[in-house]
Amino acid sequence: MCLAIPGQVVGIVDEDKRLARVSVTGVQRTVNIALLDGSIPPVAPGDWVLVHVGFAMSRIDEADAMATLALLQELGSEYELEIEEFKASSIQ
Amino acid sequence: MKFVDEFRDAALGEKLSAEIASIVEPGRHYKIMEVCGGHTHTIYRYGIDDLLPANVELVHGPGCPVCVIPMGRVDDGVAIARHADVILTCFGDMMRVPGGNGSFLDAKAAGADIRMVYSPLDALRIAREHPDRQVVFFAIGFETTAPSTALTVLRARAEGIRNFTVMCNHVTILPPLRALLESPDLRLDGFIGPGHVCTVVGARPFEFIATQYHKPVAVSGFEPLDFLQSVYMVLKQLADGRCEVENQYTRVVPYDGNLQALKLLSQVFELRPHFEWRGLGFISQSALQLAPEFREYDAEIRFAVPGIRVADPKACQCGEVLKGVIKPWECKVFGTACTPEHPIGTCMVSSEGACAAYYNFGRVARERVVV
Repeated sequence: MCLAIPGQVVGIVDEDKRLARVSVTGVQRTVNIALLDGSIPPVAPGDWVLVHVGFAMSRIDEADAMATLALLQELGSEYELEIEEFKASSIQ
Repeated sequence: MKFVDEFRDAALGEKLSAEIASIVEPGRHYKIMEVCGGHTHTIYRYGIDDLLPANVELVHGPGCPVCVIPMGRVDDGVAIARHADVILTCFGDMMRVPGGNGSFLDAKAAGADIRMVYSPLDALRIAREHPDRQVVFFAIGFETTAPSTALTVLRARAEGIRNFTVMCNHVTILPPLRALLESPDLRLDGFIGPGHVCTVVGARPFEFIATQYHKPVAVSGFEPLDFLQSVYMVLKQLADGRCEVENQYTRVVPYDGNLQALKLLSQVFELRPHFEWRGLGFISQSALQLAPEFREYDAEIRFAVPGIRVADPKACQCGEVLKGVIKPWECKVFGTACTPEHPIGTCMVSSEGACAAYYNFGRVARERVVV
């Protein structure tokens, strides 16, 4: 649960509930973006974010996203477990 | 790989390592605490301590949320889960944490309905899907994770979902650091600040460490070079006779934190008068509970938990590990009676726990540096 995984915003799915579709290494799930409300500019498709327990916690640049992903992939089984848990998530 | 090299460049690492060696005083022993379990993990994964001079010691701090859960809270969670209509939900890391009377995994095997979730919002979805059941989310984590629980409670209220409650075990990072700074057991020279917690609270709340206790702080990212650079920043401050909060992780951490997240925390939570930390005992105002207007979402009120207190097992020295007083391999049961498969203490459960990090990366026995 302590991992924060980089994902790329694919689209906003529910403006009211602040939900976006985010792709983490090709796996698309719904993530809450309310913690980034008030950030300028607003979260938009194409942005990279750090995802922690189903919430986008900060926006990062692409270089940082790539580096963090490479670091996480080196973790091996822990990273795979985190991705499995992310896959099992179904936020509405 | 594109982009990654700048964070991994071995030559850069060696250059930093050499610069660190050039600024430390040979006759002085330096103790630097990395607060966050994620950093502990990075250190042992990449052997960062091997890049440091022998007189620079990294001390592991209390920043692993799974590790600091006392056994009694697990037992309280199990007591709630035993209600016939309850579905208890928690993060995967919590399942194997031993209580006084077994773990959640043991309780599940004995028939309790306990489910792993990735997000508190998944727990809320389960509540929507099972209106006839009581769904309880066993919330753990520092300020990084607490805003997620806050938003989930607000979502439950907005949708009028009444069969959802939270057993709140959220803790705050600064009170245990203050307790450690006040402790006579441990003389620390500086701190590596927890990057992810600081995305929420910012670097500013760590200023008391510099102003009141005169210790340098560097808030750090999680790449090996981030960490090495942060160690350099702390040592450079010591060499220059400065004590400040520096932010190595500016690409993610704003100095004042995430104002939106902080607003949510103060809206939904209030500080508990005191909370028990595994191995550290009770620490004043070190944890969160739901604020009065959200009491109907508080599982401890809905279910009248027994409030069990269990002393840590005698053989277990997690408390001394969490305080940085001993290294994991110095614990009597490390790697023998206590392993990741059969943990006695919490530090062996989570992969971010200092003991599990040592164990998993084969750093089982080391010589103690005599100070």
